[in-house]
Amino acid sequence: MSKRRVDIAQARNMLVARILGGDGEAPPAWRRAAFDNSGLAEPLSALVDKVARHAHRVTDQDIAAAKASGLSEDQVFEIVVCAAVGQATRSTRRRLQS
Amino acid sequence: MRLAILDSGHTFGTKLLFAFILAVSRRPVPQVVKLVRYRPDFFGAPMQEVTHEAMRGPSAWSVGDRELMAAFVAKINECEFCTTAHAAVAVRAYRDEAKVYPVLFDLETAAIEEPLRVTLRMLGKLTREHAVEVDDMRAVLAAGVSHAQIEDALAVCFAFNTMARLADAFAFLVPDPDAFEAGAKFLLMRGYR
Repeated sequence: MSKRRVDIAQARNMLVARILGGDGEAPPAWRRAAFDNSGLAEPLSALVDKVARHAHRVTDQDIAAAKASGLSEDQVFEIVVCAAVGQATRSTRRRLQS
Repeated sequence: MRLAILDSGHTFGTKLLFAFILAVSRRPVPQVVKLVRYRPDFFGAPMQEVTHEAMRGPSAWSVGDRELMAAFVAKINECEFCTTAHAAVAVRAYRDEAKVYPVLFDLETAAIEEPLRVTLRMLGKLTREHAVEVDDMRAVLAAGVSHAQIEDALAVCFAFNTMARLADAFAFLVPDPDAFEAGAKFLLMRGYR
C-alpha cells in the first residue's frame, strides 16, 4: 500500500475512531447506531435516515423532534455527525468490495 | 443554523477569534468554520485533516480537479452551499470558468479531459447509488486513470459526502457571491487545516 493511501486511510480511521469511541455527550451505542443507520428508535431513526439518504430534505421539525425527545443539542450534533460520516464510509467500503 | 450551539456555543477563545475574523474581513464567519470550530476535538480537527489530505495532499490530480470533484459530489447531494463554494475554488484554481460550470450542468457534454470525466461519472454513481460495480472501475482504468488517482478521487468523495450532508442537515446559510469568492481565495491560499 502506498504512503499516500496509508495517510488518507489513517486520517479517515482517526476521524471514525474519535466520533465513535472518544468522549461524547451521546452514548457510544447511539453514535454507533447513527453511524450504521440502524437500530435507533423514532424520532432519531428518521433524522439519521434522512441525513444518510438525502440530507437536503432534513427540516427544522426533524431537529426539533430529536430535541423534544430529550436529546441535548450536543447529542443531536454528535448523532448527525456520526450519521454523515457513516454514510460516506459505507460508500467507500462498498467500492472496495466491488 | 439549526443548532444554536453551532452558532454561539464556542469557547471564549474561539469567539475572540471569530471577532477578529469579522473585524479583518468585515464579513460574518462562514458557518462551515463555526461547525469545524465547535468542539473541534470531536469532529472539526480530525475532519480538517481528512479534508486537507484529500484536497491538498500529493496527487496526480490538480487542486482544480479535486475542487471540481468536491463541487460535483456536492451537486449530486443537492447541497447548494458546498456546490457553490467549491465551484468557486475550482474556477479560481483553473482560472477558467468554462471548465467548471458546464460539468455541473451536464457532465457528458462538458469540454474536459476523458480521464476526469470518467472519474467524475464514477464518483457520481457512488454518491447517488452508494456503490459501484467492477465494470465501472474497469471503465475508469481503461481511460488511463491510475489506481492511485482512483484512491485520491475517492478521498475527495468521502470528504464531501460527509460535509455536504452536514451543511444541509444543519442548514448552513448560503451567502452572497462575494462571500463565496472570499472563501475561495482563502481556501486556495491556506487549504483546509
